Amino acid sequence: MADAVHIPDEAETRARWGAFEWTADNAEQAKKVIARYPAGRQQSAVMPLLDLAQRQVGAETQTNGWLPVPVMEYIGRQLDMPYMRVYEVATFYTMYNLAPVGRYHVQVCGTTPCMLRGSDDVFSACKNKGLVKGGTTPDGLFTLTEVECLGACANAPMVQINDDNFEDLTYDSMSAILETLATGGQPKIGPQIDRQTSAPEGGPTTLKDMVTENHDYRGDWA
Amino acid sequence: MTDAPAPAAPPPFVGPLTDKDRIFTNVHGFQDWGVDAAMKRGDWDNTKKLMEIGQDGIIDIMKASNLRGRGGAGFPTGLKWSFMPKESKDGRPSFLVINADESEPGSCKDREIIRHDPHKLIEGALIAGFAMRARAAYIYIRGEFIYEAKVLFAAVEQAYEKGFIGKNACGSGYDFDVFVHRGAGAYICGEETAQIESIEGKKGQPRLKPPFPAGAGLYGCPTTVNNVESIAVSPTILRRGAAWFNGFGRENNRGTKLFQISGHVNKPCVVEESMSIPFRELIERHCGGIRGGWDNLLAVIPGGSSVPLVPAKEIMDAPMDFDGLRALGSGLGTAAVIVMDKSTDIVRAISRLSYFYKHESCGQCTPCREGTGWMWRVMERLRTGDADQSEIDMLFQVTKQVEGHTICALGDAAAWPIQGLIRHFRPEIERRINENKGSAPVMEAAE
Repeated sequence: MADAVHIPDEAETRARWGAFEWTADNAEQAKKVIARYPAGRQQSAVMPLLDLAQRQVGAETQTNGWLPVPVMEYIGRQLDMPYMRVYEVATFYTMYNLAPVGRYHVQVCGTTPCMLRGSDDVFSACKNKGLVKGGTTPDGLFTLTEVECLGACANAPMVQINDDNFEDLTYDSMSAILETLATGGQPKIGPQIDRQTSAPEGGPTTLKDMVTENHDYRGDWA
Repeated sequence: MTDAPAPAAPPPFVGPLTDKDRIFTNVHGFQDWGVDAAMKRGDWDNTKKLMEIGQDGIIDIMKASNLRGRGGAGFPTGLKWSFMPKESKDGRPSFLVINADESEPGSCKDREIIRHDPHKLIEGALIAGFAMRARAAYIYIRGEFIYEAKVLFAAVEQAYEKGFIGKNACGSGYDFDVFVHRGAGAYICGEETAQIESIEGKKGQPRLKPPFPAGAGLYGCPTTVNNVESIAVSPTILRRGAAWFNGFGRENNRGTKLFQISGHVNKPCVVEESMSIPFRELIERHCGGIRGGWDNLLAVIPGGSSVPLVPAKEIMDAPMDFDGLRALGSGLGTAAVIVMDKSTDIVRAISRLSYFYKHESCGQCTPCREGTGWMWRVMERLRTGDADQSEIDMLFQVTKQVEGHTICALGDAAAWPIQGLIRHFRPEIERRINENKGSAPVMEAAE
């Protein structure tokens, strides 16, 4: 497949990641995760542990993280699962990166609700900053991916960059976000227009008492 | 005076919902989601008393409320709960799985519940889990909801600290755990058996049914999978009674509902309204109207990407409920309303959905794995007009061959938007093909 991700050379990956182990904090966290599932069902923990590992790899490489094969093998050993079962999971779900990504993983939603509100402009803004779909910028800062619906359709168009959502975007606001990130700043998370989360722009049409106080409506119940 | 009683008027749409009847009072997150603020809004208010109604009593109220599942299929929630075994004959525990894998394009309601009113969900999990005699609930939240999952983990922790869940939950003597499981990016995990597979640590590929989850679900144990909204409304229904919930919406379509309006309206939003609210009223009241006015409306996808689109003139005054939209050849789905005005490239809009289904097919059944890619490629050719007129019918026929021939409904969901497009916008597709050929259709040679 032409658009398949390029997985780095195996010998190189083994040399770098063959000795992967949890940090002390993550080892503790992994134990807590496994305890959420019944005894003997530790395989259930594979998804959270892959996520944890990807985050640890990210922290060690100053990127958004990925899953080298030796890391997946390590998780397989911990959960008493064949490596292939771990690999199946890692390849099935889109959030596991099978190849290294940049410092910021820019995931632009391109599905119809975002498309209708102008995700084309968001892609243009990315392109204009040198981001290429499926690739990482030469400075290692940005990886651009077109993703499917991220579930923020009333705030379309939107992008998820690492753990944060940026919503109600335009060409200009997306350009500004990338600019801020490139210069080491932290752009404002959430809607980029005058709007409280998914309430209508300019103020809510319902539950206006809630704007100023934690109103208890039970007094009005008949 | 006549002796015949006046005929009972059909229950009309009773008017817009008032704030006192809204269940999700913090839906827009103006206030804190934390447990103390939630308790001031009425959550966790003597939950023990609700549990004292008894397991069968709770299910009876839920049945009487006529709540239909909010995840899309609209199956009666109380009835679903009643399928769970009343006692375990072989020692297997029962589980409740709460589906927060909100991935249907257009849907964004569960996100608001989880990040702004998570205690409604957790209290509902306890009530529902207790009613169906489950030992624990697993909340499956989609992986991309990273902030939402953080809130949910923290809210569950708060509920444990307060003794609302865990051993002797709310002082009721019932032990009940709530766990959160994060997904990692797969639309198919919104299908209940795929979700169960995913919690078990496998690829999310749907299971063949039977056995149904109520017989053998998570870890082979009896399991019920419910949508977030269905669970989160249940404590309020118990507090206010089935009759209150029946006061909204038409017969068979009762209650309140979170509508999510996206696309070409002036102000997209998420809002709780009465079921059966006419489309026009929903848009005028909360979304500031259609972009460019009502004459500019082209079509609406009323229930998330899986349901067929409805042309403007048919939807304008239609009631937004299960039966009203079914009558238009579409469906309410998750009430994710995608509005398209006349600037929309309608073929591209649907083709992009075809790409979505191609991307999200799990690859298990051949008609879906191969069909979704095939349908998308043909849709792209129809978009550019680089096709033959006969391919429209061929595409329609292929959608019919995918529909109903797969283990889960993803095949159907991929087929329906295309069928809706061809049914309502065939002239537009034909126009593109003709224009691409640079002339009118080739005529038969004169004799």
